Formats: sequence, structure tokens, C-alpha cells
Amino acid sequence: MSRVGRGQADGLTESPGADAADWRGLRIGGLTLSVRGKDGPSEILRGVDLRVPAGEVTGLAGESGSGKTMTGLAVCGLQPAGALVRGTVELRGERMLVPNVLSLRSRELNRVRGREVAMVFQDPTASLHPMISIGGQLTDHVRHHLGMSKQDAREHAVSLLERVHVPRPREALSRYPHQFSGGQLQRIAIASAIACAPSVLIADEPTTALDVTVQAGVLRLLRELCDDLGLAVLLVTHDLAVMSSVADTIAVMHDGAIVEHGDRRQVIRHPRNDYTRSLIESLPKTPPPGAGPYDEELTDAR
Amino acid sequence: MPADLEFDDVAVSYRQAGRADLRAVDGVSLALHEGEVLGLVGESGCGKSTLARAACGLEPLTGGSIRFDGEPVTRLGRGRRPQRLRRIQMVFQNPYASLNPRRRIGSQIEDGRRAVTGNAPPVAELLADVGLEPDVARRYPHEFSGGQRQRIAIARALAAMPRVLIGDEPIASLDASLQARIATLMRDIASRRGVSLLFISHDLSVVRMIADRIAVMRAGRIVELGTAEEVWAHPRDAYTRRLLAAIPIADGLGTLPGG
Repeated sequence: MSRVGRGQADGLTESPGADAADWRGLRIGGLTLSVRGKDGPSEILRGVDLRVPAGEVTGLAGESGSGKTMTGLAVCGLQPAGALVRGTVELRGERMLVPNVLSLRSRELNRVRGREVAMVFQDPTASLHPMISIGGQLTDHVRHHLGMSKQDAREHAVSLLERVHVPRPREALSRYPHQFSGGQLQRIAIASAIACAPSVLIADEPTTALDVTVQAGVLRLLRELCDDLGLAVLLVTHDLAVMSSVADTIAVMHDGAIVEHGDRRQVIRHPRNDYTRSLIESLPKTPPPGAGPYDEELTDAR
Repeated sequence: MPADLEFDDVAVSYRQAGRADLRAVDGVSLALHEGEVLGLVGESGCGKSTLARAACGLEPLTGGSIRFDGEPVTRLGRGRRPQRLRRIQMVFQNPYASLNPRRRIGSQIEDGRRAVTGNAPPVAELLADVGLEPDVARRYPHEFSGGQRQRIAIARALAAMPRVLIGDEPIASLDASLQARIATLMRDIASRRGVSLLFISHDLSVVRMIADRIAVMRAGRIVELGTAEEVWAHPRDAYTRRLLAAIPIADGLGTLPGG
């Protein structure tokens, strides 16, 4: 299970250091994760440092196997069984200050995840339960975490579905996942994630399984939620074009460590790291589609 | 230009319990010319994979006809596939499923060579074509990454000396950094060996790079067909325009795609 590095005890007292200003969000420091392999432990994460501020979308890019998904999972304490996790994950939300999520006992951790830190996964058909109605899946954790009554939770669920633009929310509550399209399901999964008003949202490849037109809608929704609710969003994806359109800053991960983190424009246009450069050079070289009337629509976004 | 593969008013329907038949492909007429790369794009459920499967005789037609080299493509039955139809080869989406995990790479490529009479290129040459070392032949699929497996699947398809190569979302399950590379590889090999390529993908930005012409499919019909440049720069159909507007662009400007 997770252990805390030394010197964490004084993390509890507010030190008037450089970044002691009242920032909100998530700060990952020196996160390492290793699993026991056939020939000794193998390191999946080798000291990840990343700050995910509230009200911003922080992109985490990298190829498969780079450790980007594992970073997201470790933040929620969802690392594989037997993995050794070290480092700090500091959470500063409106309701809760946690000096290190990794050092929480499971009871305390269960009060944090799903409530302060929520996650959206790649495949909504797998992350939603096929045999529980949408209403059931949108109210269960709300009643548990926020102690709402059944009736209140249902009303809350309706407003959540409105929030993520699912049509006819009241009817949707009594329907089941198979009755929705992939894009609608991902919206419902996002609704479920934001149900307890978390301060941090981890979205792991949330649009990879979706068609481009549907993807565009979900990306707009993520951006909207981030701006309106002041969420700290950690967007994990291998798709640099997706990053470029919704992330404020982009961190590039390679072999278990972050090799570059900067403003999206700087990272995409003037990458400083060789690996980032090779990733960007591998993208298809395509000028933007030249459809006249759609150019305005493309630029008016945000 | 003579056509290698001709779809004439092709229709494929699926029966659905308790509901009307689903017309997955609904009157498609399309020609794949000799030596050309034709990109077929569309969103999931538009019928593009069904069309590809029909071209290999894997789906019974409910209407129209598909002709290869002037003769009709017959439905694949239990018997051997007719010799002439083996000149249509396919590369599937998921290389983890399309290669047999228990057989060596070499013998799987060998199968392709044996499928046709004539002098098929040796295994080592095929592997070299897709950028792999000859000793790969002795190894098993699990020893390779997704991109390498897709290269192997391409080599196997080429072993049968196809005239028409069909790629059914061959890059969809690969890392973004690999997609463009594998797509270009398929295009290069096809043009070097004089093979016509029908490249199916939902990713217009990759298809644009490699295709001579692009066909856009929606709800079982072709809504737009033109040269890659035309379709990209001056799309005529409203759906194509919407599809293009939804593509996120890596320009670092934070422009949300239109949805």
C-alpha cells in the first residue's frame, strides 16, 4: 500500500513558503510507483511532479506505457494491488485540505475519492453499470457522500443531466445504459463524476472511444465545466490535437517522468524537449480544413 | 481509368429482432481505380466496415453487385475461396485479434504466399517491405507491439500478391504517433507494388495525407466523393463540413472544435 515520504508531518501546518498563497487544486510531488515484476521491482513512475490548478485544464500527454494513466489512478489510490507508491499528492479544495492523499487510510480515502476527486474513464459502456438505471447510478454516491434524501438526490440528478446537456433528463433517469449512445453515456459518466461537486476531475482519455463530432461536444462540455465550476481538470490523453484544443497547459510524459510542462502554445509550437518534438512531428501535417463558412465557427470558440 | 473494384448500387441489410431491417449499406456506387488510394471515411455505424466486408464476400448483398476485375465477387462459403478472389486482401483493425497467437510470424505469412499460385515474394522481402528484420519470422505475435503487429498483418496481406488491399480501420487501435506512420507505410507499399488501396478510417486528417480520392459515408450512403484536396478544402456536403469542423487541430491555440 501507499507510504508517505519523510518530512510529510510538517506539511500539515501551513508554511508561508513560496506557494503558500491560497491556491486551489492538486499538487503531485515526487510520485513514484513500482510493481513487483518477474525480475525484481519495475518502476512505472519515476518521480512525477505536476501541479493541476483549479479552473484550468492540465493536459497529460504521452504514448501508451508512458505512465500517464497510472499517474491518474495513483492520485485516486487506484494503483494495482501490491504496487508501492511514494510521494505526495496534495489536495486543496473548497471544502477539504488534504496534505497527502497517499497517506490516507482507506476509510478516509473513501471520503475523498468520488467526492473531492472524481474520475471519468475512456469507455463509458464499461464504467457505467449495465443493470442499474441511470437514476440509480447518479444518486447512489451522492446520498452516500452528501447524505441527501432519495428525493433530493433525484432532483439533483435531473439538474446534473441538464448540466451536461442530456436531452429529457427526467425520462433518462429511469433508463439503462444500453439505451444511450456512446456520446450520451460519456456525458452521463461526467455527470456522475461531478455529482458531489468535486474540486478535482481526472479525465482519462474521455473522448478516445468517441467519433469526432461527438468528441467535439464532449470537449466543449469539459471546458465549460472547468470554467463554470472552477474544477481542476487533469486530462490524460495521447491525442495532442485534443490537448491543443482544450488544455491550458500540457505536460508530456515519457517513461514514467514528465519531460516537459508548459503553456499549450509553447509545448505544441516550440517544444523544448526532444521527445516532445518527435511526438509533434509524428502528427499528420494537415492545414486546417479550408471550409470558408466554418472558419468563423472554429475561431469563436472559447 | 479501368476500375479494379466496382460497387454498383450495393445494399446490405441486417435483420433485427422485432424491428425493421437495418440497411447498413444503402445503394452505394463506387469504383476503386487501378493503383489508386481511395479513402473511405465516416463515423461509427455509417456502414463503412460492412462495405469493406462485402467487398471480400464476407457479407451477403441484399441488392446491387460488386465486381472485381470485371467479374462478380461471390459470397464466401464453406469451400475454398476462388483463386481469383484471393487477390483481394484485407488488413483488419485489431492486430491483436487478426494474428494467430500460437503460430510463428513466418508461417502465418507463408500461408498468404501459398494462397496464390505464382512467385510470391519471399517472407524476408515482405518483412523488409514493412520495415521489419528477417528474424521476426521465427518469433510469435505476443513479442511485438501493436504497431509492429500491424506491420506483420500488412506483410501477410501482401504475401498473396493482392491487386486490391482493403484496410478496415487499420490504424484505429494504434498510438497517435504511430497512426500517420503506418498509414503512410501502407500507401507507399501499395504504390510501389501497384496495388489499389481502399483505406477505411474515421480519421479524416490521416486519410487526407495518403488518399488520392476521399469518399465520405453517412448512414449507409456516400454523401461526398472527390479528390482529397477538394474534399478537404472545399467540401460540398453539409455533413462533410461538420465532420471537418469537428477535427481538433494541434495548433496550440486552444481552439475548441465545432460540434
